[in-house]
Amino acid sequence: MLRYTVRMSRLKGKDMNRKKGRLLAIPYIIWIAGFTIIPLIFILVKAVTDVNGSLTSANLFAIFDPLHRKALLMSLSVAFFSTLICILIAYPASIILRTSRITNKSIILFILILPMWMNFVLRIFAVQLLISNNGVLNYILTAVNLPPLKIINTPWAILLGMVYDYLPYMMLPVLNSVLSIPEDVIEAAQDLGSNRFRVLTHIIFPLSLGGIGSGIIMVFVPSMTEFVIANILGGGKIQLLGNIIEQEFTVTMDWNLGSGLSVSLMAFVLITSMIFGRNNEDTAAGISL
Amino acid sequence: MKSRGILGKIYIFLVMLFLYSPIAVLVVLSFNNSRSRVVWGGFTTKWYRVLIESKSIMEALGTTFILAILSALFASILGLFGAIGIYSMRRRNYRIMLFCTNIPLLNADIVTGIALLLWFVRFLPLGFSSVLLAHITFNIPYVILCILPKLKEMDVHQYEAALDLGAGEAYAFVHILIPHILPGVLSGFLMAVTMSMDDFVITYFTRGAGVNTLSTLIYGELRKGIKPEMYALSTILFFVVLILLILVNLPYERMFSKRTIKKKVNIEK
Amino acid sequence: MEKELIRFENISKSFDSTDVLKDLTLSIHENEFVTLLGPSGCGKTTTLRILGGFEMPDSGRVFFDGMDITSLPPNKRQLNTVFQKYALFTHMNVAENIAFGLKIKGQDKSMIREKIAYSLKLVGLEGYEKRSPSSLSGGQQQRIAIARAIVNEPKVLLLDEPLGALDLKLRQDMQYELIRLKEELGITFVYVTHDQEEALTMSDTVVVMNQGRIQQIGSPEDIYNEPQNAFVADFIGESNLLDGIMVRDCLVNIGGLDFPCVDTGFGTDNPVDVVIRPEDVELSSSGEGQTKGRVISIVFKGVHWEMHVESDIGITFLVKTTDHFPVGSTVGISVDPYNIQIMHKPVSEDAQVYGQDESSEGEGYEP
Repeated sequence: MLRYTVRMSRLKGKDMNRKKGRLLAIPYIIWIAGFTIIPLIFILVKAVTDVNGSLTSANLFAIFDPLHRKALLMSLSVAFFSTLICILIAYPASIILRTSRITNKSIILFILILPMWMNFVLRIFAVQLLISNNGVLNYILTAVNLPPLKIINTPWAILLGMVYDYLPYMMLPVLNSVLSIPEDVIEAAQDLGSNRFRVLTHIIFPLSLGGIGSGIIMVFVPSMTEFVIANILGGGKIQLLGNIIEQEFTVTMDWNLGSGLSVSLMAFVLITSMIFGRNNEDTAAGISL
Repeated sequence: MKSRGILGKIYIFLVMLFLYSPIAVLVVLSFNNSRSRVVWGGFTTKWYRVLIESKSIMEALGTTFILAILSALFASILGLFGAIGIYSMRRRNYRIMLFCTNIPLLNADIVTGIALLLWFVRFLPLGFSSVLLAHITFNIPYVILCILPKLKEMDVHQYEAALDLGAGEAYAFVHILIPHILPGVLSGFLMAVTMSMDDFVITYFTRGAGVNTLSTLIYGELRKGIKPEMYALSTILFFVVLILLILVNLPYERMFSKRTIKKKVNIEK
Repeated sequence: MEKELIRFENISKSFDSTDVLKDLTLSIHENEFVTLLGPSGCGKTTTLRILGGFEMPDSGRVFFDGMDITSLPPNKRQLNTVFQKYALFTHMNVAENIAFGLKIKGQDKSMIREKIAYSLKLVGLEGYEKRSPSSLSGGQQQRIAIARAIVNEPKVLLLDEPLGALDLKLRQDMQYELIRLKEELGITFVYVTHDQEEALTMSDTVVVMNQGRIQQIGSPEDIYNEPQNAFVADFIGESNLLDGIMVRDCLVNIGGLDFPCVDTGFGTDNPVDVVIRPEDVELSSSGEGQTKGRVISIVFKGVHWEMHVESDIGITFLVKTTDHFPVGSTVGISVDPYNIQIMHKPVSEDAQVYGQDESSEGEGYEP
């Protein structure tokens, strides 16, 4: 009965102006078809054909070639560790913001999320400036008689760059899910005898899994497909999958292979999204400032 | 108890330090009267002058702004009508449309960029127009995801009440529906501007040879070696984004206090 | 009776293959306060929305003042609606809300200002012009919604559960307020509610609906005292709904015992539904009456006591009385012939829906 009532209320109220409303979507539908669906078809077609246009699966499986396997492994491990480090930084921060009595929480939230909106290339530039061999970090280290860090042009630099670049993307959904847990749920748990630690492990953590899931997608997907960070902080010496794809399009000009690698990469992306993207529709919806 | 609070504050402070020290270095260096990255040579604004005099930077700046405004404008208009249209669809079509809307958001930028490139080379010389089309494409989802919640929030009976009181559909649309979702359209527009200015990867693949946005310009310069005017440019960009963001957020806080603000993470919707 | 103003003719409507209205025909007269009453999902709101022009019936026609308005858009209809959750325009202040319809009609500014002031006075909110709807209480928003509708001088005011969101006290106050308004304006009110008390208090005519069909149309007294079927009897007020056999005219057998009544025309030895209102069951401490029973529970309800009495004829009666009988005591039970209401058993399948799953209530209390 309730279901029926709910359905009715949804149906009512839209009956009359619905048909006309739908017509408004036509330009957008055309746009989606023209600039989202068709390009995807193009990349799929390119991926399963060779230069002469005949069908082949070689491009799709090229990702497992010995030539590309190293890049795939590097991409996977860099993406995995950057995601992990982002969680390890963001989660405690969100718990601290939730539990401590810091004033002006909203301003702190704003500050923690803000870098996300800054130009991406520019942020990598800033990191490069900081960690390059004759950069500020090493200047400070030498000044206090510590050995300088030589991490630029190593995988560590790439990892650092990714964590720096994508941390806000983890911060936002995690903070959002942790902070949006209603206080009375926590009070109820305490009322039923949970101590602080149990509240954390049995209430806050399960309820924030959706946010963590979103964060994983938002960090893992771009870091898996990254090529800019590797080019700038890796000095072109470390090849990620993204770099290989980029070069197929800009240097080697084998667009079929490039497309094939992209589609395979997309499969990884989709799998990740499917594993971590369930049940987090609402938790990642927004953040209150 | 007390020490715990302090530890927490220290932790938050360290995270902020991590996030902002690179930016702070950039800002400081932009006023440094020395080409060195570590030696303070006194305060100067000369890099800003060099910046203004640089034709390529100014061109890229212009391109970036025009691109951002134009693509956000088109995306807002298409997205506004698209959102209303999607909202009035029945459940199944609504889901399909929402899924399609999410494709550019969920897809890796590199794949979107390549896919568009493969399509554009068929009928369009790569250049400003192809980049514009690409930016509109990835901007529309943000606009739609900003407007849809406003539509859901709106009491449909308000629209009906307007008809009931004698308003025609067009009148009700302009006087009731539009004012109601305008904050969503506006934040969608501003978000689209920010996204457009932020984008590197998709622009990189669809731009062809002639056009440079700030992102592609900085990228190119970085590979050649850093000039100090880049610090100045970065500083300016940083503050532009800061101001934009405050614009996006503040009116909300005044108008709907304690309401949630939709952010980049709408992606997961 | 005043002249007919609105007529629904054979209206049917379904949403996603769920039938919401089935062949509904109904007349509403000028200056009448008509209430559509029924449980949620009975089709009352859909009926109102068809009248308002927000839904199109699948079949059937709607007439207004003799004119077919079935496909006329809402903005062309001479009636206004007060919506369930008021539907005030949140981006406009009170005066702008009220002026909305007048501005569309192109009335001049001083006139509009006067009418705003007048309508605000009518609903008792003088001086609220500049307030924002969100700053008002539920009751106040309700009044603004009413003012916004009546300022257009509609011939009919449609009200869709307008008091549903208010608390009890306010709801009762607003009921009297609405009656007063109706008298002052002298227009037709079509009111939708699921609250039977509201319906009985305010209406000239109550239309009881269930499952997309009209169950009974009548004055509040008729509906309460002479329910035409078990659904109406059960929905309006509390009642003892019993199975009986009509022995002959003016005599009904309930649980093996014959009770004199006043109804005729039900044939002989026909099964019927019998309604006895709880306040019509008379108890006597002496044990004298048509039958005897034992008090098995008693609850104080303020003006009266409500008890369950298990009778010797195997029926547990719900009884409301101002006398107190302790639990376990034996009482005499009798019912005045005038207070026994006989109804036909439902024939059609649709009308039967009630009888199937809730008939146990007819037997009264089960401990």
